[in-house]
Amino acid sequence: MQTQQPLHPGLFSWPGSSPQLLGSRCKDCGEHAFPSQHSCRACGSERTEVVELGNAGTLWTWTIQSFMPKAPYLTDETPENFRPYGVGYVELACGIKVESRLHENSANALRIGLPMKLEIVPVRLDNDGNQLVTFQFRSAEAL
Amino acid sequence: MTDVAIVGLGLHPFGRSPSLSGLEQGAIAARAAIADAGTEFKAMEFAFGGSQDGGNADSLVNLLGLTGLQFTNIWNGCATGGSSLNAAYSAIKSGQYDMGLVVGFDKHARGAFNPQPKDWGLDDWYGETGLMLTTQYFAMKIQRYMHDYDISRETLVRVAEKAFRNGSITPTAWRQTALSTEEIEQAPMVSEPLNKYMFCSPAEGGCALVLCRADIAQKFTKNPVLLRSAVVRSRHYGSFEVFSPSQAPAVAPSPTVTASHAAFEFAGIGPKDVDVAQLQDTEVGAEIMHLAENGFCEHGEQERWINEGATEINGILPVNTDGGCLANGEPVGASGLRQVYEICHQLRGTAGKRQVPNAPKVGYTHVYGAPGISGVNILTT
Repeated sequence: MQTQQPLHPGLFSWPGSSPQLLGSRCKDCGEHAFPSQHSCRACGSERTEVVELGNAGTLWTWTIQSFMPKAPYLTDETPENFRPYGVGYVELACGIKVESRLHENSANALRIGLPMKLEIVPVRLDNDGNQLVTFQFRSAEAL
Repeated sequence: MTDVAIVGLGLHPFGRSPSLSGLEQGAIAARAAIADAGTEFKAMEFAFGGSQDGGNADSLVNLLGLTGLQFTNIWNGCATGGSSLNAAYSAIKSGQYDMGLVVGFDKHARGAFNPQPKDWGLDDWYGETGLMLTTQYFAMKIQRYMHDYDISRETLVRVAEKAFRNGSITPTAWRQTALSTEEIEQAPMVSEPLNKYMFCSPAEGGCALVLCRADIAQKFTKNPVLLRSAVVRSRHYGSFEVFSPSQAPAVAPSPTVTASHAAFEFAGIGPKDVDVAQLQDTEVGAEIMHLAENGFCEHGEQERWINEGATEINGILPVNTDGGCLANGEPVGASGLRQVYEICHQLRGTAGKRQVPNAPKVGYTHVYGAPGISGVNILTT
């Protein structure tokens, strides 16, 4: 039976009613990282734990990817039906800024400081016909 | 300890050379640099070289001669040339060698680079979902910077205009056609706020320099250029870097700031002493931000500087007099050395139509590359 599966494990809590980004927190210096990592990029400690990073933030910067990237980009799109997509850094409550695709893809829909909300979206079908999903953010104002 | 001098300059023009491999373009540049120094390849005691897509640099010995020299390959992203120069500087400064060669070359496919996540310590999802593009990073960095420091789009256009104007008087440049304000403004958008003429493109080319102990430099040239510092620095926690799935809450200075400070300190020279500079301009925003990161002006002052013509060939700090990466393209292995090549010509007074007036005496070069590395060189007559 074909199902929905995360494109990569450990990036977000899912499935569930309110998916959250997952990251790591250093038990020694308290700094967060996304994705989670076993050692801390701030202090080098190997004492880290996986924590929920939340599902909302504000847009710190953004751009729009207007052409279809070459490999390693891998979706079901073709050059004919490629749809430009937004990319941004979203500042979360814990302070780190997470890079993400954005639902919005036009300059007049995006601005620094815009409140953003996490959503889980399809990426492509895998070889077994399962739908792979990943995270992205979208404007919380438009919802 | 001895000073280090650059006594030979060689370049194979950047752009597209369908009939030549990257390695052959490196060999042409190396032969030109050695001839410029009036010497022979067998006089080279060491070489440091690098290339991203053109093959192993030490394969050059098959083309230049199997002399048995120490040849070390260097690979450090866009800072490859800077790292090679740093290694050569140390080799001579330490007294280990008297004379050697630094060489870089490349031959990239058309279109944007397509780096692989695994090479940068990232998982496949990052590339598969379309986040692994250097163009996005540069666009997002200048987007935030324009917001924080009130830089206008007109300033982005002016930087591109200058690059192509300088390229038009540089016989070795790839883009030798000046573009009007309208042509630049109306170009297709690549990655908001940067359009087609605001980004440099991957290209081909080769560049080489011959270095030696300063006390023997007069044997090889009438006008040696002294390499006063050659510094490479990596990123700190909190600096905003390319290929970063997340950024720290804290904001730390970029590796450009730390490399620049160290280079000025080693050289005993300050930003106000610099007469001509090459600042990494993989896109127009980078040149704007790097003016401040390298200490030449305050953050936010750039718009006034550029409006007043400060960075033009006849300005108070001419920047990217040969058109920089924007007009020359970026063959990664050669690009950082091309900057030093141009500064050496400016300090020798042999830069032709693009010669900075009043005999410049102090030059500066800066590269920035993935995943957050900067190289700075300070050169004097």
